[in-house]
Amino acid sequence: MIENVGNDQVLLSKIATSNHHGENSEYFEGWKAYDRDPYHPTNNPNGVIQMGLAENQLCFDLINEWMMQNPQASICTHEGVHRFMDIAIFQDYHGLPEFRRAIAKFMGKVRDERVIFDPNRIVMSGGATGANETIIFCLANPGDVFLIPSPYYPAFYRDLGWRTGVNLVPIPCKSSNNFQITKEALESAYEDALKKDLKVKGLIITNPSNPLGTVLDKGTLRDLVTFINDKRIHLVCDEIYAATVFDPPRFTSVVEVIQDMPGIDRDLIHIIYSLSKDMGLPGFRVGIIYSYNDKVVIAARRMSSFSLVSSQTQHMLAALLSDDAFVNKFLGKSKERLSKRYHHFTGQLANVGIRCLRSNAGLYVWMNLQHLLKEATVEGELKLWKLIINQVKTNMSPGSSFHCSEPGWFRVCFANMDDDTLEKVVKSTPSPINKKRGQMELQLSFTGSDSLSISQLGSLILSPHSPSSESPLVKGRT
Amino acid sequence: MTVLSRLAGSNTHGQDSSYFLGWEEYEKNPFDESRNPNGMIQMGLAENQLCFDLLESWIAKNPDSANFKCNGQSVFRDLALFQDYHGLPQFKKAFVSYMSLLRGNKVTFDPSKLVLTAGATSANETLIFCLANPGEAVLIPTPYYPGFDRDLKWRTGAEIVPIKCSSYNNFKITKTALEEAYNSAKNQGLVVKAVLVTNPSNPLGTTLSKDEITLVLNFVSSKNMHLISDEIYAGTVFNSSSFTSVMEAITDKKWAHLLDRVHVVSSLSKDLGLPGFRVGAIYSNDPKVVSAATKMSSFGLVSAQTQHLLAGLLSDHKFMEKYITHNQARLKARQAMLVSGLKRAEINCLESNSGLFAWVDMRHLLKSRTFEAEMELWKDVLYEMKLNISPGSSCHCSEPGWFRVCFANMSDHTLDLAMQRVKSFLDSKINKNSHSYLKNSRRARSLSSWVFRLSFDDKEPEER
Repeated sequence: MIENVGNDQVLLSKIATSNHHGENSEYFEGWKAYDRDPYHPTNNPNGVIQMGLAENQLCFDLINEWMMQNPQASICTHEGVHRFMDIAIFQDYHGLPEFRRAIAKFMGKVRDERVIFDPNRIVMSGGATGANETIIFCLANPGDVFLIPSPYYPAFYRDLGWRTGVNLVPIPCKSSNNFQITKEALESAYEDALKKDLKVKGLIITNPSNPLGTVLDKGTLRDLVTFINDKRIHLVCDEIYAATVFDPPRFTSVVEVIQDMPGIDRDLIHIIYSLSKDMGLPGFRVGIIYSYNDKVVIAARRMSSFSLVSSQTQHMLAALLSDDAFVNKFLGKSKERLSKRYHHFTGQLANVGIRCLRSNAGLYVWMNLQHLLKEATVEGELKLWKLIINQVKTNMSPGSSFHCSEPGWFRVCFANMDDDTLEKVVKSTPSPINKKRGQMELQLSFTGSDSLSISQLGSLILSPHSPSSESPLVKGRT
Repeated sequence: MTVLSRLAGSNTHGQDSSYFLGWEEYEKNPFDESRNPNGMIQMGLAENQLCFDLLESWIAKNPDSANFKCNGQSVFRDLALFQDYHGLPQFKKAFVSYMSLLRGNKVTFDPSKLVLTAGATSANETLIFCLANPGEAVLIPTPYYPGFDRDLKWRTGAEIVPIKCSSYNNFKITKTALEEAYNSAKNQGLVVKAVLVTNPSNPLGTTLSKDEITLVLNFVSSKNMHLISDEIYAGTVFNSSSFTSVMEAITDKKWAHLLDRVHVVSSLSKDLGLPGFRVGAIYSNDPKVVSAATKMSSFGLVSAQTQHLLAGLLSDHKFMEKYITHNQARLKARQAMLVSGLKRAEINCLESNSGLFAWVDMRHLLKSRTFEAEMELWKDVLYEMKLNISPGSSCHCSEPGWFRVCFANMSDHTLDLAMQRVKSFLDSKINKNSHSYLKNSRRARSLSSWVFRLSFDDKEPEER
């Protein structure tokens, strides 16, 4: 007879008590440091500046203006309230037809109309977070694995594996070829997984890449599609940064590539999309699964019951995204502003000898601080990271949290703040340096703050007497 | 074709149940007062459409909440960026004060113990992910909401073992039924992690008595389990004093040791009639459950736009009190109309004090006391009376002949018409002096062929 759980404690599930939510990683530690001491230009000018959050805050003025000119898009205005009841009771997991049509059209526009999306294949989910988890629930069983090029978005560990029981096998990419995915690395990761008796169900790629900010070229995409087709495994393409491509080369979606590959089994191809990055609307929780596989569409749609998009939000976004003139203007302006921000930021960094991976997309740069490491190890990287939080008072995400195989790289976000705040980070100001009992203690003035600028960071690190980095803000992990 | 996951190929999502034929038939021929007065009337949908006039007038008077504004200033940007899984503080504060109001202010709730989720669907699944491992079990009194088969079992891998309740005592939970369910689970080799009750009950429309609550608390205490109380219908009680929340019950000192093991699920879909907005919540005294559930809520957060609107609405205490009063009165009147209408056709309902539906006793109309006969009767209701109602078998009722009939998702006129159809149909059958009208039904089809048809169709989910 099975006895029930012991008297000492009623147990929670293994999932609830595991660390697979991944929130103990440095990626989230930095956020917590920011949360404890957030920068504010007037209320807290000495606080931590958040550069670890890939948000797009550059185009709210455009959306705001549209909202004011289109009160009927809200079911709560005088102009829109006649729809209140119909929308409020609408919980059909197919989603509002006008919402699906608008999303399909928008996705097409983002790909310069080179591809057409079928609204009947659009499946909603709770942000890309929900969409990524759902697609894995549909494609893989507990214990199966998915291949994934590294460096990759830290929260994939949680999104793809926590409740699904699926594991990730990295395909390491290296700086020697600008972190491009090679056939050799792909084959090698696949073969190694097979040798370990792991069941490989698919490959997941992020294009444009987070954290690299680069796009995949057509040749690589074709190679990847050929690979998964040969191996009979799925390809999940997370394209949530598609509209953040601000410079050439242009974005090539996997759906464009398969149009010219008639021999490919389309049942293996699935796209993840979201409005959180391209439009800067993470609070509205709009995630999309788009699959060419009918059974996946059906299963994912049923699962979407667990994370539907609020009908109030669907209704508003259907109106917004159906407005062609607005969408064209938005996409154009967004590219322009991202490009300007990127070039200004990387230009300033270059002036002080800090290089970034050459990129043309995303809301961040992949910054190379290898030359500032005391030791070329993860420990060395984390020491540098703690110093940056402590002294530069900036949260940047260490490459190790992205599972990068080489220490010293950092993802630094540039689109989640206004121009003034960005200036604060890069500005260099002369400063007095005081010796004190054989230890260098740095007192710097920085237009009223007591933090370092990035340019001074360099000399600080190279000094033999760098202060210890016992930051009350951060518990570093090595 | 490459194989998908077991989940994608399984039937545990529950959407192949015969229930969905009703949906399909309704969608082919939906009733409309003016355009299609002979169409099928939807009585299988537990929606509350009775108080939108109140909500709409609140919106008209409160443009700020309605329009991304706070004190006249735009907060659009802040809301568009807000994805903190702790939820909008002002919304959680307003939500818990509303929960308290629904419980006659006999319990206070702490916003930091509330986890927001995309609907109660997500809340229930998330709780099971937190409390049970795959293969472990939850005991649930029957009849229960059909969607639990999907919500609690599908992706979690948990099992449901029924606590069989029956009409002899008005479907109340008994000690015997609890013990039998527990033993049945043990005999199947299942570790039971929780009991889940729905209070007020779907589909019964009754609230748990204080005795039943005590029984269940004693049971979970002795067996070292969790208790989940799905209280999403709390706002549909016709009279607040007849509802006792488990949270109120455990304020008694003798249950102090259980505080961490009692969790409540809440939602705004039923009492406020806002299922489209996807607002659900888990309330737990166990910080570990709150922490794990909060992290899991990342997979289904509530839209910040919606949180903002509802924060304004729920914080307006004066309005909410007025809303609750009117809502209760209208639901009570509507239920009375259904019950008396059915009585005229000599059909009785279980005496109820809450919910958006009645639990209707049609056992005397069965050809035989079997579930096959129940299906045949249901077909007749569907095709001859053109009413879509929910058969008790879809709610796992252990006795054939009971049906859930919803009354709050239509106008008075439509409800009246539905009652007329029932009476006319049964009168005509009685006049023909035949109880075997089912045998002669032109539309008789076999159950198995429906299920076959339904297995490959993509249908809408069950509406609660």
